Amino acid sequence: MKKYVSFFKMRFQVGLQYRSASIAALTTQFLWGIMEIAAYRAIYLSSGKEPPMEFSALVSYIWLKEAFLAMFNTWIATDGDIFSVIMNGDVAYELCRPISLYRMWFAKSVGGRCATAALKCVPIISVAALLPRPYRISAPESITAFCFFLLTLFLGLLVTVSFCMLVYAITLFTISPQGLRALLTGAVEFLSGAIIPFPFIPQPVRGVLEMLPFGSMQNVALRVYSGSLAGGEALRAVWLQIFWIAALVLVGRAVCRRAEQRMVVQGG
Amino acid sequence: MITMEGICKSYRIAKRNAGLAEACKSLFHRKTETIKALSDISFTIADGEMVGYIGPNGAGKSSTIKILSGILTPDSGSCIVNGRIPWKDRIAHVREIGVVFGQRSQLWWDVPVIDSFELIKEIYSIKTHNYQHNLEELTELLALKELLKTPVRQLSLGQRMRCEIAASLLHDPSLLFLDEPTIGLDAVSKLAVRDFIKKRNEEHGTTVILTTHDMQDIAALTNRVILIGKGRLLLDGTLESLRQQAADLDGEDSVEELDWIVAKLYRGLDIL
Repeated sequence: MKKYVSFFKMRFQVGLQYRSASIAALTTQFLWGIMEIAAYRAIYLSSGKEPPMEFSALVSYIWLKEAFLAMFNTWIATDGDIFSVIMNGDVAYELCRPISLYRMWFAKSVGGRCATAALKCVPIISVAALLPRPYRISAPESITAFCFFLLTLFLGLLVTVSFCMLVYAITLFTISPQGLRALLTGAVEFLSGAIIPFPFIPQPVRGVLEMLPFGSMQNVALRVYSGSLAGGEALRAVWLQIFWIAALVLVGRAVCRRAEQRMVVQGG
Repeated sequence: MITMEGICKSYRIAKRNAGLAEACKSLFHRKTETIKALSDISFTIADGEMVGYIGPNGAGKSSTIKILSGILTPDSGSCIVNGRIPWKDRIAHVREIGVVFGQRSQLWWDVPVIDSFELIKEIYSIKTHNYQHNLEELTELLALKELLKTPVRQLSLGQRMRCEIAASLLHDPSLLFLDEPTIGLDAVSKLAVRDFIKKRNEEHGTTVILTTHDMQDIAALTNRVILIGKGRLLLDGTLESLRQQAADLDGEDSVEELDWIVAKLYRGLDIL
């Protein structure tokens, strides 16, 4: 266990190393959040229909999404070093370590994501809590909802990482991650509810999206926080998250093991 | 104890001519060539031995090291290192070996060297007491004191290499594979690294396999030399026998520098 925690520590240290980059990233995310909320506000004010999500719930959704962006994104180079290690052949060193490749990368990825998110979520949420009314993040629905939020946040992280692990394992065969990553950029973002929260998507599409592994990523936690997902529905979502973690890990490990056997180290 | 028997390894390499038209053509039809990186390599290395592994570029030196480290799976043949098959029992195997790839880095680029060392300590579950002891010893012998607190990206190649070597030895490996460890080192560092490897071998009984193009490394460190070319093992003997073989090639027995002798061998054996 200690080894895995040390990957987290390492990434935390790396995150602290570049101060101005972190500040720039924070500012971007913060402005992005404001813009998104402003856009939704315009829609809410102009549409006469009953909105599918309370405005305060939507605001919380957006701020939490920005605060924990690093945990769930599948496109920014959160795990860029894993791709570059495959591309340039430094994977040779990774294979000299007494840990299975899958576990090491999983730990690296979870650690890296948590570390980055830990550095970012505090300033974003604190500022979002001080903003004037319609832009302010609300407190969680209840203590139960908050505990549920933490649980589903963690499970969602595991779903995301186990999905990314599958991508890395495939990259061991294809070498260049470009194609897969380009696909992920748009598709997963939409399919996981990062662009439009699921409640805004009409049925039956929404039902399908909720069943997909992408629907088990950030969607669950962000909606549980504001009470848009609760009770039996939330519980079902947790089981689905657990199912997807198990399924993705199983497949990812099998692919990774096959790749290890026919590993070619690039660059001599 | 290392025994390699009849190890073969081949790579498929996609080849094409220069130019856009050729690149487009190769989208639909890939011409691949199979290159035999290693064919029928056999040798035995006893515990505590120091062996120099030489050969021209592309001879298969690094492939051998990667097979010995469990990274690559050979096509055929058997290899047993300390009673284990490296690629089958990789995790138990790598615990006992230290590897330095001269042209790669195992240190984290953005943070000070010491952070990478701490991570390695955790990965190998090195006891704090042993870690401290090894770190002190390595710091002194490789003159790392000033470097440990510097981010890796700001080290020069030679400084980084010394840190890389230290990183590979923190867990007390009984076997050390060095793949061109003296690239980019200045004269002083080179001597320090050589001394260090020698000392390690004498005091800890570490078995060392060393690939290099620097014949002075070989002369300073090893008695036994294995020469491979085009994936074939051509000679396994002492430096003296290497000299002898070169002399036999052209019938002249002149006292020459090692570099000349090796160049003569490479040309004479037609392995370039």
